[in-house]
Amino acid sequence: MADRKNILDLYFLDARARLIDIAAFMDRVDRADGGDDFRYDAFRAALKALESGKPDRAGKMLLAFSDPTDEPITAATTKAACGAWPGADNA
Amino acid sequence: MRYIEPHGHMVSRTTDDYQAMAMAGCQAVSEPAFWAGFDRSSVQGFYDYFCQLTQHEPRRAAMFGLPHYTWLCINPKESEDLKLADEVLAIIPEFMGSPNVLGIGEIGLNKNSRNEMLVLEKHIDLAASNDQLILVHTPHLEDKRKGTRLILDALKSDSRIRPERCIIDHVEEHTVGMVLDDGFWAGMTLYPETKCTSNRAIDILELYGNERIWMNSACDWGISVPLAVPRAAQEMKRRGSDPGQIDKVIYQNPIEFMSQSPRFTAPEGL
Repeated sequence: MADRKNILDLYFLDARARLIDIAAFMDRVDRADGGDDFRYDAFRAALKALESGKPDRAGKMLLAFSDPTDEPITAATTKAACGAWPGADNA
Repeated sequence: MRYIEPHGHMVSRTTDDYQAMAMAGCQAVSEPAFWAGFDRSSVQGFYDYFCQLTQHEPRRAAMFGLPHYTWLCINPKESEDLKLADEVLAIIPEFMGSPNVLGIGEIGLNKNSRNEMLVLEKHIDLAASNDQLILVHTPHLEDKRKGTRLILDALKSDSRIRPERCIIDHVEEHTVGMVLDDGFWAGMTLYPETKCTSNRAIDILELYGNERIWMNSACDWGISVPLAVPRAAQEMKRRGSDPGQIDKVIYQNPIEFMSQSPRFTAPEGL
């Protein structure tokens, strides 16, 4: 079992910096012109995993960005993944 | 420190990378066939690529004292074209007898399409028919969960496939459990943005143990770090991991899996 103080000594400053970077990213998006975007919607939904107070936050966050369906799509029209599922109508 | 790089696309790396890896303790490299960053225009492009993987690249690695192993396939990114896929599948047996070929890979899915599934099943059949190990690429980002599930189901539906002879690569927190629970090996790819960081990979080891799992850099032509594995090992050490456990994950486990191929020779001193 890892020592909590040791884990914080090793990773607190790094995690703090990343958290502030996320806050700055959200401020940046808010300042920018434009409409809704499914990627940012997924991003905000994923943030709820941080507040769940339950284990496997990382897994839950990954699932929040994931395609939840189980059947193969008809055809691949692109090679790239964008990081968030656009929804069945746009996949 | 000693380690194996079980997934590195060395054709797209410089000789400086080979040198750095050798100096960091790398004992062998394993190179799955992959997408070149652009679509090849014909099967001839694959023929040349397979020659590169089985003839040229082993010589380049040997300059730095590194045994070089490889895996053959058409990558799922090029599997939408069924005619091309069939042509490539037809030439793979010609290269299977090469002394550095460990199996079929990295096969799998990219966007989880029907054609990708068809080509995946043909690769699985090719591997099973020729008693080859299998190295699987799982999709990126939002497509990973679904693709991993589809791939596992496809492998399990073929009674000739033994899970312990298949490595399912690029697992993350939401897929590692299903892979290990089904008896397959799991690979964690240490990519800066799109896959696992070192810290998350070490978390996964703490949660799931160090059996049937390895770490790799999957270094290629994109943003990637050829020394990701020894850097992760250093982070394991910083976190207090036992040296024997580190050695197991980065050296002994890749040897255990790849030794299932008679073509793999374990480095001396194991």
